Amino acid sequence: MLEVENLVAGYGGADVLRGIGLSVSAGEIVAVLGANGVGKTTLNRAISGLIRPSSGNIRFLGYDIAGKGPPAIVAAGLIHVPEGRRIFPNMSVRDNLILGSYRRGKPARAANLERMFALFPRLRERTGQLAGTLSGGEQQMLAIGRGLMAEPKLLILDEPSLGLSPLLVEEMFSLIGRIAADGLAVLLVEQNVIQSLELASRAYVMENGRVVVSGAAADIAADPALKHAYLGL
Amino acid sequence: MFAPDIILAAVLNGLMTGSVYALIALGLTLVYGVLHIINFAHGATLTAAMFAVYVAHTVFRLDPYLALVIVTPLFFGLGYGLQRFVIGPASHGEDRNILLVTLGLSILIENAMLAMFRSDTRSIDVPYAFSSIDLGFTFLALPRVLAFGVALLVALLLGLLLTRTDTGKAIRAVAKEKTGAALAGIDVAHIYAVTFGLGAACVAIAACLLMPTFYVTPRAGNAFVLVAFTIVVLGGMGSIPGALIGALFIGVVESLCGLFFGESLGQIGIFLIFILVLLVKPTGLFGARA
Ligand SMILES: Nc1ncnc2c1ncn2[C@@H]1O[C@H](COP(=O)(O)OP(=O)(O)O)[C@@H](O)[C@H]1O
Ligand SMILES: [Mg+2]
Repeated sequence: MLEVENLVAGYGGADVLRGIGLSVSAGEIVAVLGANGVGKTTLNRAISGLIRPSSGNIRFLGYDIAGKGPPAIVAAGLIHVPEGRRIFPNMSVRDNLILGSYRRGKPARAANLERMFALFPRLRERTGQLAGTLSGGEQQMLAIGRGLMAEPKLLILDEPSLGLSPLLVEEMFSLIGRIAADGLAVLLVEQNVIQSLELASRAYVMENGRVVVSGAAADIAADPALKHAYLGL
Repeated sequence: MFAPDIILAAVLNGLMTGSVYALIALGLTLVYGVLHIINFAHGATLTAAMFAVYVAHTVFRLDPYLALVIVTPLFFGLGYGLQRFVIGPASHGEDRNILLVTLGLSILIENAMLAMFRSDTRSIDVPYAFSSIDLGFTFLALPRVLAFGVALLVALLLGLLLTRTDTGKAIRAVAKEKTGAALAGIDVAHIYAVTFGLGAACVAIAACLLMPTFYVTPRAGNAFVLVAFTIVVLGGMGSIPGALIGALFIGVVESLCGLFFGESLGQIGIFLIFILVLLVKPTGLFGARA
């Protein structure tokens, strides 16, 4: 459903991505791995329209979305849950979730809200609380819940386990597994290599703005030389 | 000293003045809260709206309160268009540039007003200008009572818009977290323009409420916006309740200072308070830490 070809993008003239290609099929979990600073977040930002690619193709469900803005891309069903959560700190948990369905998923807003509270019981206890006062783990749940409110077809998660305690990291990965079990495709960007490779069916390893390794997650997990060379394990 | 009913009358008059200040301050603080800039064209926009009401009355025989129904959406549209098609594109996403563009716009608008209306003082005559309501201990001017009612109603509606509607929530989201808002599918450029439009609409309503008792010159708006700026700092930059309460407070201060020290010194109190706030609590009464 998502095909990226020869994508070049960056900030103010300096290219960070130098010809990236990857694809995600319906219902699949695909991991993007790589050290800090290799361009994973930049890749997400280019796919979701936050930055305009300087060249290359991005197709989503057959549409060319390269150069389109986030509202159009959200409307098509591609939702990006960003690194650092980017929730609305001055607004209640409930209003954060409601704004998740600002562009898409509005007709089923009430039902989806109920679904989110079932998925994240901790958010139900805090519906009226200002999002900025939540713990880090709760904020991450809220960010994912806000993304799910738009009824995505493809969900991009950028480092959802960043800054969480080991126990919460476990919880986060099992949660992503459950979300994807409903048939939602997930592009998972992570530093937690081992857990990501367990969860994903395929993986791409990035270095310096390029994909250097790609293949079945199980094969990458079983190759110690490769993991040592690119993933610091 | 003054009798209690004279002081009470001064307080009531101050609240009525303050309610019109509130509208002007609400527009200023809303734009600041969302775009993080002081809109230097706010005063010129108020002047333009006052002239619009003046023209509506002298040319089309339209009562200012009826003109409100036309001038308000007109100025919303003008504000929206200015931000969407002039200020936004001209500023290339740099806050500093937005500031400079609004400054340029204010000079442009003021000079256009000067060219069209010259620097004469102009006012309109309405049959109810000197009607008043008898409270027993004092008389309240009817146009000012109406202004008070309309201004509070508009503040209430603005509050409901911001807290109860998707557009209002999107405005608050963009104010604090632009990237998160964009990723929720909110069109940030559109929300900026809506916010600017709302600021202009607030000022247009203020103009309709002012014209029955006030006059207009090509610089008339600036004096009001100077007071409104004080209010915005006092209430906390970007705070809606702060602007409302700050405005009523400043209205009362001005009225009481006028009573005690004479009409011409009424505004002295405002600026003393302004300096005091800057010294003691620069984030304002309702302001969050930067
Ligand atoms: N807003 C930005 N402006 C300029 N350079 C940036 C910006 N964001 C990231 N970069 C640079 O782009 C490169 C890739 O960053 P990023 O995509 O965040 O990597 P990752 O997510 O893999 O850690 C880094 O060298 C970083 O310094
Ligand atoms: Mg990153």
